[in-house]
Amino acid sequence: MPSKLAISYQEVTKRFGFLAAVDDVSLDIAEGEFLAIVGGSGSGKTTLLRLTNRLIEADGGTVMVEGEDVRSVDPVALRRRIGYVFQSGGLFPHLSVADNIGITPKLLGEPAVAIAGRIDELLELVQLDGASHRDRLPEALSGGQRQRVGVARALAAKPRIVLMDEPFGALDPLTRDALGEDYRALHRKLGLTTVMITHDMTEAILLADRIAVMRGGRLLAQGTPAELSSSSDDYVLELLSTPRRQVGRLNVLLPQSGAA
Amino acid sequence: MSLFTDPRWGEALGHLPDYLGNHVRVSLAALALGLAVSLPLAILTRNRPAPRGILLAFASIVQTVPGLALLALFYPLLLLAASVTLAWFGVSFSAFGFLPAMLALALYSMLPVLRNGITGLNGIDPALIEAAKGVGMTARQSLLIVELPLALPVMMAGIRTAAVWVIGTATLSTPIGQTSLGNYIFAGLQTQNWVFVLFGCLASALLALAVDQLLGLIENGLRHRSPLRSGLGAIGIAALVAATLVPTMGRPSSGYVVGAKTFAEQYVLSALMRDRLQAAGLSATARSGLGSSVIFQALKAGDIDLYVDYSGTLWANQLHRTDIKPRAELVAELKTALAKDNITLLGELGFENAYALVMPRRRAEALGIRTIADLSGHASTLSIAGDYEFFSRPEWAALQKAYGLPFRAQRQMQPDFMYAAVASGEVDVIAGYTSDGLIAKYDLVTLDDPRHAIPPYDAILLLAPKRAGDERLKAALQPLLGKIDIAIMREANLRASGNDANSSPDAVARWLWEQIARR
Repeated sequence: MPSKLAISYQEVTKRFGFLAAVDDVSLDIAEGEFLAIVGGSGSGKTTLLRLTNRLIEADGGTVMVEGEDVRSVDPVALRRRIGYVFQSGGLFPHLSVADNIGITPKLLGEPAVAIAGRIDELLELVQLDGASHRDRLPEALSGGQRQRVGVARALAAKPRIVLMDEPFGALDPLTRDALGEDYRALHRKLGLTTVMITHDMTEAILLADRIAVMRGGRLLAQGTPAELSSSSDDYVLELLSTPRRQVGRLNVLLPQSGAA
Repeated sequence: MSLFTDPRWGEALGHLPDYLGNHVRVSLAALALGLAVSLPLAILTRNRPAPRGILLAFASIVQTVPGLALLALFYPLLLLAASVTLAWFGVSFSAFGFLPAMLALALYSMLPVLRNGITGLNGIDPALIEAAKGVGMTARQSLLIVELPLALPVMMAGIRTAAVWVIGTATLSTPIGQTSLGNYIFAGLQTQNWVFVLFGCLASALLALAVDQLLGLIENGLRHRSPLRSGLGAIGIAALVAATLVPTMGRPSSGYVVGAKTFAEQYVLSALMRDRLQAAGLSATARSGLGSSVIFQALKAGDIDLYVDYSGTLWANQLHRTDIKPRAELVAELKTALAKDNITLLGELGFENAYALVMPRRRAEALGIRTIADLSGHASTLSIAGDYEFFSRPEWAALQKAYGLPFRAQRQMQPDFMYAAVASGEVDVIAGYTSDGLIAKYDLVTLDDPRHAIPPYDAILLLAPKRAGDERLKAALQPLLGKIDIAIMREANLRASGNDANSSPDAVARWLWEQIARR
């Protein structure tokens, strides 16, 4: 791979009791790449993501972030320089939108004025109207708005790497589509490295540069959608064929012209 | 007389600065200590199920101990601790009043604070704690920025519950020597002064309500990030503390402290002695409502200076004697024994307040019963009632040994209600007290004890070790010795059991002094 590696998993294993949630996974993610990890529940995809910023610790193997073994880095400092978008937002319900977004810069000790400016910038970036959203509590936001705030929070400390744990899973299809597109644009504009967990192959194909497929803790395949389609693994092929089959059926069911 | 024009309201109000001040002081100190211990424990054990379970179980067990018993337990515990520190480090402290009350109340406040603290912290969505970690918070930052604020409403509810409990339970600290609003209630119950009882209940309820509301204001302010509201609440609490502390602080130290146990006769006698000291130009206050096991230790430790006890009580409880001697001999021997602890037995007042078996006069005459020996033949058809301790006391064992007395049934009763119960025939015999005024009121007789099974219970005046050589004190008390016979004490007790302004211990003490001075 020509460019530098942002993240590198080398023979990584994580067990919970007797169950190997992540089983000997090796995977490289280049700087600027958008990687989607696809798999069903229990496939180990979320565990792999959480090993990256040491929310949990690996039992075996090595996780490298920007050339450093994460075990040699202070976990708190590591998490502050990696953005993380949580499933269904993970916003702190007692803090305003602005305080939620500004939390990591605040923890890093940045001056309040700088943080305030950054918050405005980020709200604009995720296309929320600053004036009307800044001081609201998360409960006063729609699901899509909450997830936009979650993205803004992940970007607040200007990370080069963003980890996303099924960020758009709980949203309605229209919001989900719009948010995915908007994030994809941000990824490119800011030159981020993004690792996104999803169980939805369509979403992965549409947003990611490369896709890693996991099942039962093992990495089954990785590559561009085109590369994956030449895989010999039945599960991978099954995953890929589903969107295509759906498109076929949709084409039959929906009139070809008109509003759709 | 109408309830509202009763002069006893004024009297009650006069005690308020003292009682309320002490009540607030001990409650808030206990609450502060309880919080200082429980909150860190709740935080430390929130993710450790085993110690958390042990802690909650311990706090629950404490809660099942009745408040009165818990407070009473702390007194001997501290006495022991004080003697240990004296032996090891040469310093001692008072195990009386404030300290045991505060410690027991602090322990009592722990359960709601712990349980709500742990519930509040454990009830937080784990995803939020993960998010706190994920955005780069240290464990401490996660606790302060996320977990505590989110657990605050539940924690605060626990703190408010604890505050109400502590303020309510603090009324029970009177018997271990801590002045509180309970002084109204204990004195009122014993002397049938319902104005005092009502006043004490109202005052403590209002105090609890006020503190609860102020804490609510602080909680509200914290939750809505309104420094104004939490500030107002904090100022309110501070103002309450200041208002209740300032009047008691300005007072000179009280000089002699006259102790009294928790019944009407003792309230009257302590008021009488206080008046005598004041008449002799000595400053004195009465410390009333002390538990009978606490009061002797308090005298020994010098926490009170003088009080009246009964020879048979000390004979059994302090000297642990079970043999019985004639009145004068027993007092003489007691005097020698107490002198070893430097306690002065100044003398007898003249009357006895002994246990006695009591029946309605007409019933006794009809059955031909004059003595306990006569009674034993009828016992199998009769029932007996006694106070809560009588049937476990050595006197009852001695009576049974001497006379048999196989009563058909035995019941325990509140002493105030026993006399009415025997007069109305609800029970046939009661174990009453010889000096009780109700004996005359209900036309009851005390049965003779020809085999001397019940020890004598002479009222005796005791002085603390530090007052052993205090001649002014002794001179001031001298006029009381040998001057109060059983008839006059019964009448004084009867007056004290009334329910009007003339029945307050102070008024009865003045009446009693008039009778004594006339002799």
